[in-house]
Amino acid sequence: MPSEGGYLEAEGVEKTWRIKQDQLTREVDILSSRNQYDIVLKDLGPYTLDFTPSGRYMATAGRKGHVAIVDMKSMELIREMQVKETVRDIVFLHNETFFAVAQKKYPYIYNRDGIELHCLKEHGAVSRLQFLKNHFLLASINKFGQLRYQDVTTGEMIGNFRTGLGRTETMQINPYNGVVAVGHSAGTVSMWKPTSAAPLVKMLCHHGPISALAFHPNGHLMASCGREKKIKIWDLRKFEVVQTIPGHHAKTLDFSQKGLLAAGTGSYAQVLGDFSGTQNYSRYMGHSIAKGYQIGKVSFRPYEDVLVMGHSMGWSSILIPGSGEPNFDTWVANPFETSKQRREKEIHSLLDKLPPETIMLDPSKIGTLRPYKKREKPTKEEIEAEKEAAVESVKDIALKKKTKGRNKTSKRVMKRKVLIDKAKKPFLEKQMLEEGKVAGKKRNLGEETELPASLKRFVRKKAAV
Amino acid sequence: MKVKVISRSTDEFTRERSQDLQRVFRNFDPKLRPQEKAVEYVRALNAAKLEKIFARPFIGAMDGHIDAISCMAKNPNFLKGIFSGSMDGDIRLWDIASRKTVCQFPGHQGAVRGLTASTDGSTLISCGTDCTVRIWSVPVAATLESDHASNKPIEANAVYVGKNAYWAVDHQWGGDLFATTGARVEIWNHNRSQPVNTFEWGTDTVISVRFNPGEPNLLATSASDRSIALYDLRMSTPARKLIMQTRTNSIAWNPMEPLNFTAANEDCSCYSYDARKLDEAKCVHKDHVSAVMDIDYSPTGREFVTGSYDRTVRIFPYNGGHSREIYHTKRMQRVFCVKFSSDASYIISGSDDTNLRLWKAKASEQMGVLLPREQKKHEYQEAVKNRYKHLPEVKRIVRHRHLPRPIYKAKELRRSVIDAEKKKEERRKAHSTPGSIVTESVRKRRIIREVE
Repeated sequence: MPSEGGYLEAEGVEKTWRIKQDQLTREVDILSSRNQYDIVLKDLGPYTLDFTPSGRYMATAGRKGHVAIVDMKSMELIREMQVKETVRDIVFLHNETFFAVAQKKYPYIYNRDGIELHCLKEHGAVSRLQFLKNHFLLASINKFGQLRYQDVTTGEMIGNFRTGLGRTETMQINPYNGVVAVGHSAGTVSMWKPTSAAPLVKMLCHHGPISALAFHPNGHLMASCGREKKIKIWDLRKFEVVQTIPGHHAKTLDFSQKGLLAAGTGSYAQVLGDFSGTQNYSRYMGHSIAKGYQIGKVSFRPYEDVLVMGHSMGWSSILIPGSGEPNFDTWVANPFETSKQRREKEIHSLLDKLPPETIMLDPSKIGTLRPYKKREKPTKEEIEAEKEAAVESVKDIALKKKTKGRNKTSKRVMKRKVLIDKAKKPFLEKQMLEEGKVAGKKRNLGEETELPASLKRFVRKKAAV
Repeated sequence: MKVKVISRSTDEFTRERSQDLQRVFRNFDPKLRPQEKAVEYVRALNAAKLEKIFARPFIGAMDGHIDAISCMAKNPNFLKGIFSGSMDGDIRLWDIASRKTVCQFPGHQGAVRGLTASTDGSTLISCGTDCTVRIWSVPVAATLESDHASNKPIEANAVYVGKNAYWAVDHQWGGDLFATTGARVEIWNHNRSQPVNTFEWGTDTVISVRFNPGEPNLLATSASDRSIALYDLRMSTPARKLIMQTRTNSIAWNPMEPLNFTAANEDCSCYSYDARKLDEAKCVHKDHVSAVMDIDYSPTGREFVTGSYDRTVRIFPYNGGHSREIYHTKRMQRVFCVKFSSDASYIISGSDDTNLRLWKAKASEQMGVLLPREQKKHEYQEAVKNRYKHLPEVKRIVRHRHLPRPIYKAKELRRSVIDAEKKKEERRKAHSTPGSIVTESVRKRRIIREVE
């Protein structure tokens, strides 16, 4: 493999978390130092951003309606527009040629040229959008907790669920298995899949509302932050807390490809790393932007050692050595993609589009055997229901009307009664059998306790064999 | 402090000139590919569907005979040619590529019952119901160039007249002896007009003969008295006989495991035997609904093709009980002979409707020269389909074959008969003392006895 990852090693008494960005500027090459910048756009509101999977293109949206697509390699502005409405979230679809913007009333899908392609009226006013790229599903959540899945290739609404756990503020996708995690105001995190109306998992994570969620790329770790200023790292296999990091009220969390965790609080971004391999996150680096700027979203750039923060006055980009994956795979995500390669990749990913039923907590279960389940005995209600169904079906039978004086009412009633009794007979027999068994058991137990003490000497004791 | 940051220079990762190929970089880390199994499953499903879309096994029919085709022979030295003999005595050499007759060998007065070519491909031997064995020399020039000299009649080299009608002929592999069968099994040499050796066991007609490809002195025959007999040329008496409940129409030796042979039986199944242990069949191949008329092994030894009286051609795996493929056409009537081509890619069937039909051995195979990328793609699709072919959705597509209505109905009927018999047997067993009724395995059931 061609490249090796980045690293930052402190020498002597130096600590990595005290190293500032301008110290790094002096040590790295010019190309990398170009990745450290601040873009200040004061008027148009807190900025949120999203990257394409290759890390080449970035979509940013300011709250007041400013939407821009930027090519990060050449720092070229591809398209910029003003949608003249509040924008709450922006997300790329499978390519840089399509992106979805959650605007005031509905989410809209735009072309790379800024042409509005679709207005997704069924979603309503959503607060967060996420895109599942293997399944081509656009997931959206509004502040009341209504979760919707839409297939962007056919336009079909796959799922529409009321989460029912209160006000929701955060939504994240677990890239390992395609499950959507929603954070509620009561401190619960629920995980959903598009084919079931009930959540897969409901976890009580924090004592207060959940303010941020993030998933580690290996799929086993989830970081959540609550208003009670604690970041908890969860192991998703056992659903247990692995680590609690106190003292942070992070409004946004993000894991990098190499497992570094970035937390954005106010105007300070903290990067935590797990260096011993035991899932014990400790301080790695930190950066504070100008005071008064509130960080709205932190996002690591894929395949680069860069962290981009969208804040209330624009966005800033800083270097975090060791956060990105140094070797990319051309057939998975290619930062140097040509348009021909992009078109081919689109076709291949459409051919490999996964059906929504493949989303499950453990994705390796596909193709394995279902565990053998013992057939349980039907419960009393079920037996009663069956009996009633049998009786109903008998009642519907039309009896032949006899002539020549043989059609007496009493005889007809008798006949109907006989039919109903016949239908009930097998159930009663089964019942008698069961009662016989139970009675037998009861008899064996009761024999010991029935007789008074004075008569006990007359009981024939069974010879011990 | 020591710092290193990822920085990629564009020229390292993009091509230099526009005529160059694009650069490809690989990272096989599974973390970069989430939900791999689901993606593979979707690809398996698509591969199964594409296979069904591209499944066009019928290539063409070779038209020319004016009566039913009774026998065919492959030329071991020449891949493109096949000999066929019909019920009116007409023998033709066909060029498979152009599906035209190269030359004709007229001479037989009645039906041609057996055809075989010598191992070097220069001699053709035929026998028929007119009690003659004819030896022809195959014109080499004609086999090389099939464009000119079509339908040129050729004179027989030699005609040997016998006492009884001959039913089958087969040539020894690598030697210069051939065997004919009829009233008895006779071993001939090319130059002698009388048989060199005669074997006789029982009084019934011997209807088919096959020499072993691995052991040139061993041959198997099947007779009208429902027996399969093995003969060794080095011994003066026949070696072994196996009597079954129904007659065997044809036998084929497995070219890769020469001690095993498969017998095509009248009771709609084929039985594979190990020649050393004839008291039990190795495998019973059951899928036809009418008598199996002919059988031939693929040169890989991994599968064989059978042609049956029920108008279908089926391909079976050598160790599997059910067929992997069935070929049928409305115009193809009773199939009397089948051959697997020597490069394991084609199947030739000769049937009652005077046509020889050419089929692909793998129905969805792309014939011709494949680019390496195409080949890799085909291999990948085959592999991913095989990995998930046990899952219900994929299995349903892979297993699906359209059966003609009479075959479907006959299969259901047979199924119901077998089920009823089985149920009866089970009930008898349940109502008798345990151990008094013993079910015989299906591999032994149809064998009556083995005779030394």
